[in-house]
Amino acid sequence: MFKKKKQREEKEINAGSMADIAFLLLIFFLVTTTINAEKGIMVKLPPWDPNPPIPEEINKRNVLSVKINKLNQVLVEGEESNVGLLRETTKEFIMNPLKRKDAPSSPRSAIVSIQNDRATAYEVYLQAYNEIKAAYNELWEEKAQALYSHSYEDLPKDMKKKIQEEIPLVISEAEPAAH
Amino acid sequence: MSKFKKSAKKKQAQVSTASLPDIVFMLLFFFMVVTVIRQKEALVDVKLPKASELTKLVDPRKTEHIYIGKPRRSEPNAAPAIQINDKFVKKDGVAPAISGSGLENETVALKVDKGVTMGIVTDVKTEIRKANRLKVQYMAYQDVVD
Repeated sequence: MFKKKKQREEKEINAGSMADIAFLLLIFFLVTTTINAEKGIMVKLPPWDPNPPIPEEINKRNVLSVKINKLNQVLVEGEESNVGLLRETTKEFIMNPLKRKDAPSSPRSAIVSIQNDRATAYEVYLQAYNEIKAAYNELWEEKAQALYSHSYEDLPKDMKKKIQEEIPLVISEAEPAAH
Repeated sequence: MSKFKKSAKKKQAQVSTASLPDIVFMLLFFFMVVTVIRQKEALVDVKLPKASELTKLVDPRKTEHIYIGKPRRSEPNAAPAIQINDKFVKKDGVAPAISGSGLENETVALKVDKGVTMGIVTDVKTEIRKANRLKVQYMAYQDVVD
């Protein structure tokens, strides 16, 4: 009796269907996967204040005003421009290499103000925002190369902070004009 | 003649399929690790815009997602709607919807269709500020640098 049982136990489990099961799971994960990681433009919103404070008088030379109207036209400092030029304009404004009187004396006091219309397309607004952010990123990169001869991305946190104090990112968003 | 007969007699060597499960399992584990399963059913159509200055979401699972776009299966010029979790939300319902979720200090990811106008986006931004959630990311696809 015992002998018989022992013989039975030696039977192997058929692993032939293993591949089928694995394939099934594989196809499931293949279908549900979204490989492109979720990315976005990081923005810090100002805290909400039910009674908007009276805007303090800012020296006009420190503010780069970017306006996007309901026809998605870009106005920089009252002059017609376009999104493609915005990056260079912003960089030149912040650094003010020619020491112009209508641009800030130091990058520390530079402010970029964006105002859009309620009918502005989100895509155009985001492009403009992206260009201004890109301008700051490029300036930080240049500063990092000049000071530490390293890429900004590779710097430790305290060095990044130093650069950001030198060229602070200040983007102010005015309440959109109603149409 | 005899030569041909001999070769015909020989049994063809079979390819061993014993390692097939291993290969498949390896692929399976790869996809299991990289998968982020979509838990939320999209009620609105969102085509993200492109941008270049992007930051990765720290933890997509711990992020509040707000979708703004045209409702699915609606007329072509329907007004855009706001979706949070699995529900449509009115403009003034955004702040309550994102304040009671246990993700208070986390980022809010705005997934906005590129055809939407800024009016509704501004209203949602105001609501987010009212809920005191100031870290926001405008989700976008990576633009290829030319």
